[in-house]
Amino acid sequence: MTPEVLLAAEEKMNPLLPAWPEVIIGLLCFFIVFGLLGKKLLPSIEKVLEERRDAIEGGMKRAETAQAEAQAMLEQYRAELAEARHEAARITEHAREQGAVLIAEMREEGQRQREAIVAAGHAQIDADKKQATAVLRQDVGSLASQLASRIVGESLEEHARQSGVIDRFLDELESKAAAAQGASK
Amino acid sequence: MGADVVQLASEASCHFDSGCGFPAPGLNEFEFKPIFSIGSVDFTKPMLLSIICALLVVGFFWAAFAKPKLLPGKLQLVGEIGYDFVKRSIVLETIGKKGEKYVPMLVSMFFFVWIMNIMSIIPFAQFPVMSRIAFPVGLAVIVWITYMTLTFKKHGFVGGMKNLCWPSGIPGWVMFILVPIEFFSNIFVRPFTLAVRAFANMFAGHLLIVVFSVASWYLLSPTLGALYGSVSFVVAVGLTAFELLVQFLQAYIFVMLASSYIAGALEEAH
Repeated sequence: MTPEVLLAAEEKMNPLLPAWPEVIIGLLCFFIVFGLLGKKLLPSIEKVLEERRDAIEGGMKRAETAQAEAQAMLEQYRAELAEARHEAARITEHAREQGAVLIAEMREEGQRQREAIVAAGHAQIDADKKQATAVLRQDVGSLASQLASRIVGESLEEHARQSGVIDRFLDELESKAAAAQGASK
Repeated sequence: MGADVVQLASEASCHFDSGCGFPAPGLNEFEFKPIFSIGSVDFTKPMLLSIICALLVVGFFWAAFAKPKLLPGKLQLVGEIGYDFVKRSIVLETIGKKGEKYVPMLVSMFFFVWIMNIMSIIPFAQFPVMSRIAFPVGLAVIVWITYMTLTFKKHGFVGGMKNLCWPSGIPGWVMFILVPIEFFSNIFVRPFTLAVRAFANMFAGHLLIVVFSVASWYLLSPTLGALYGSVSFVVAVGLTAFELLVQFLQAYIFVMLASSYIAGALEEAH
C-alpha cells in the first residue's frame, strides 16, 4: 500500500458514517444470535430453571405440609389424651360414688338382716322357753305328784290334776320367783 | 490482512534512533483492505469478526443450553450465571415484570456486543467490531424500532406522542421549551447517542492501545530508548486490562439503556 493510497483512504473515511454492507452483516449476525437464543436456547434453559425452582420450592412445600400434618396430628393426640384422662377421671368418680352407694346399701342390708336374725333368734328363744316352761311344768307336776304319792302312799294323780292344785302351786312358785328376781334386780 | 498488519510490517525496521519519524496511528487503523469483493461490496475484517462473534455466542450458548440439565454442568452453570445476570440485574431490574418478553432480545444483544468488544484484545483479531459505527448503528436501530413500536402500540398515536414528549409534573409554561426538547431527545438523540457512545468508547480504546503498542515498538532500541519502550509497553498492557473493563461496561450500558427505553415506552400514561 503506497502512501498515496493510504492518504486517499484516509480522506475518504469518515468514522461516523456507517458502511451499509457492514450494517447489513451486523444485523444479520445479530438476528442469527437472537433467533437461535430467543427461539431455542433461552426457552429451553428457562424451562429447566423453572423446573429447578419448582423442585426446590416443591420440596419445601412438601416439608411444610408434612410438618403441618404432624403438628395437627400431635394436637389431635393431645386433645384425645386429655379427653381420655377426663373420661377416666369421670369414670373413677362415678365408680367411687357407685361403690359408696353400694357399700351403704349393703351395710343397710346387713343391718336389716342382722336385726331380722336377732329378732328371729329372740322369737325362737321365747318359743323354746315357753315350750320348755310348759314341759318343765308338766314334768315338775308329775314328779311332784309321784313323789307326793310315794310319800303319802296313795295315788293323788287323778285328783290332783282335776283339782288343779299343782298348777296353783306352781303359779305361786313362779310368782315368788318373779318377786325374788325383781327384788334382786 | 488488515491495514494495521500491513503498516506494522512496514514499520518493522522503523525505530526512533534510526531517524524514522513516529508512525502515529490514525483513522487508517480502522480501514481495512477487503478480503474479497462481490461487485462493489467489499468483505472486510470487521465483517468477518462479527460473523465469528455471532458464531461464538451461539456456539457457547448452544454448548451450555442445548441439553440443559436440572443439575447443571460447569458450562451450563457459567451460561446460567451470564443469562441470569442480564435477565435479573439489567432487564427485570429496569423494566420490571413486564420485561420478561424482552429478555431474549436483550440477552442476545448483550452477549453479541460484549464479544464484539472483546475482539479488541483477542490476539490476531485485535479489533473491536463495535468501533466500526455500522455495527452499533444497526443495533441502535433495532432498539429504536422496538421502543417506538411499543410506545405507539401501547398508547396509540396521540398517547404515544404524549409519552415521548410530555413529561409529567411540570408547570405549563415550561412545556414550551421542554416539549420540543423531549421530542428531539427521545426520538432522534437517543438512538444516535446509543450508537455513538458504544462506537466512540471502542474506537478510542482501540486507538489508545494501538498508539502505545506502536510506540513501544518504535522506541525499542539498544540505547536508552528501551526504557521508554518498556514504559510504553507497560502502559499498553495496563490499557488492555482497562479495555477489558470498558468492553464489559459498554455492553452493559448499551443493554441497560435499551431496557430503560423499553421501560419508558411501557410506562403507564400519566
